[in-house]
Amino acid sequence: MPQTLAEKILSMKIKRDVSPGEIVVVEVDAAMAHDGTAPLMIQSFKAMGMTKVWDPSRAVFVIDHIAPSSNEGTSALHKMMREFALQHGLNFFDVGEGICHQLLPEKGFVYPGGVVLGADSHTCTHGAFAAFSTGIGSTEMAAVFGSGKLWLRVPESLKVTVTGALKSYVTAKDVVLHVIGEVGADGATYMAVEYSGDTVKEMSIDSRMTLCNMAVEMGAKTGLIASDEKTRLFLEGRCQAPCKTIEPDSSAYYTDELIVEADKLEPMVSCPHEVDNVKAVAEVEGTPVDQVFIGSCTNGRLEDLRMAAQMLKGKKVKCRTIVMPASREVYLKALREGLIEIFLEAGCAVGVPGCGPCVGGHHGVPAPGEVVVATTNRNFKGRMGCAEAFIYLASPIVAAHAAIQGKIVHPKEVS
Amino acid sequence: MIIKGRAWKFGNNISTDHIIPGKYKFKTLDFRELAQHAMEGIDSEFSRRVQPGDIIVAGRNFGCGSSREQAPLVLKHAGVGAVVARSFARIFFRNSINVGLPVVICPEAYEAVEQGDLLEVNLAEGMLKNLSKGTVFNFKPLPDFLLKILLDGGLVEHYKMHGKFIWE
Ligand code: SF4
Repeated sequence: MPQTLAEKILSMKIKRDVSPGEIVVVEVDAAMAHDGTAPLMIQSFKAMGMTKVWDPSRAVFVIDHIAPSSNEGTSALHKMMREFALQHGLNFFDVGEGICHQLLPEKGFVYPGGVVLGADSHTCTHGAFAAFSTGIGSTEMAAVFGSGKLWLRVPESLKVTVTGALKSYVTAKDVVLHVIGEVGADGATYMAVEYSGDTVKEMSIDSRMTLCNMAVEMGAKTGLIASDEKTRLFLEGRCQAPCKTIEPDSSAYYTDELIVEADKLEPMVSCPHEVDNVKAVAEVEGTPVDQVFIGSCTNGRLEDLRMAAQMLKGKKVKCRTIVMPASREVYLKALREGLIEIFLEAGCAVGVPGCGPCVGGHHGVPAPGEVVVATTNRNFKGRMGCAEAFIYLASPIVAAHAAIQGKIVHPKEVS
Repeated sequence: MIIKGRAWKFGNNISTDHIIPGKYKFKTLDFRELAQHAMEGIDSEFSRRVQPGDIIVAGRNFGCGSSREQAPLVLKHAGVGAVVARSFARIFFRNSINVGLPVVICPEAYEAVEQGDLLEVNLAEGMLKNLSKGTVFNFKPLPDFLLKILLDGGLVEHYKMHGKFIWE
């Protein structure tokens, strides 16, 4: 039977052909929990009476959500993580290392054909490397840490084919926002969203990660992209496992298909308070903005910072603008390229690599009534810590323009 | 397992940020405290007024957003007996079973239930009765292995009882 990418990876993994809807038990190649989910995981691990982590070399803890800690309670939970990580010899990334979804590929835990489970919904990001990756909860993660295995339902697949060249101020973020607008916030529930087409082939790894990152915003189990030479180049020197080329079969069956003509796309925003409330920037042109956030596991990578810096170079921001590189590696590269200098000279606040304002714990909680343009992935009421704030999701280009203008403006008009 | 309680109605796309805002979950594992903020993002009165056994009846995509297991846990600790929805986000669905919070997919029930109706859910038989209106709905029961985990009281209790996971 011809197979989709999801079917192919899972078939390779369990060494027999699988079909959608089937429940399979897989051995996990990498498992991750962060400071939002690890404490509860540790509690469940202990409550189950487990004493050993199945394979500490494949188990990862990251402190990224509230990093550095903003209060005593969080500090105590961080301490609990450090102690557990030390006791069990886990891979441990402390405050300032970066966001879990950036660190897993950077540090070599993700490779084509691997199964990556994370106690975080945006674990779907790693599908950009043709790994089967998805989010689970803390107690299931405790089961994974203890046994190295978990049941998964083989997903149906939605094929998204993107063709044509993107306009200069249109990015992977605009593509994925457009797709979410078309599919809806639950349009791909339980499915794998498989991206293909010449536009995706042309895209950098950074952009591909942006596409896969937001698969969960359509309810999907994961986003997936075939691995190729770009995947190999990224993983070279990072990862011991071989970088296989994994592609779907051309006649595989997809539950649904969507074709995106990239050259017709305009810059998009997802408007408050639903992620699928997607509009062209032109439709909300002029909306005054109080805060801009450039960062997160969606758009905090080097390519994103470059795009933002290009806009901000030699300009001054008109509203408070927070920039947070997704990892220490990204930060260092941005520093060496002079991007950080550009941000600082433009009047931005540059913060510690981590989730920052994305999740509303600290570092940039908006006031009631304020409008935020963020390069993140969620704009639910209260997401950034204030239920009366209005969050627009956008690309780094649109966000940087908003910072310069103090309002949402089509990038064409100022570039 | 039969659950009986009053209905609390909510709409579509109720996210885990509505169920338990992220700002609380990073600070503590004390669920008596966290449960005071249950559904705070959508109804600040909920945690004070909900009665043990009450049933949430929601639209599409209940529990979308973050993977926080705190979401089904705060509902359980607040006393919610079950959540009935047109559809669930997948991680919330898995998490609910793993923490022992009954979840029921029953698209037909939504329109036929009003806030405050008295409901009765039979999980194993796949039957939902609206006792206030005298109507009955059938739903597909969970696959056996998930129902077993749920009825054992969640994954921790399940593991403690059997010394292994049902899928091993
Ligand atoms: S950056 Fe935001 S979406 Fe990404 S892992 Fe952190 S909190 Fe979650």
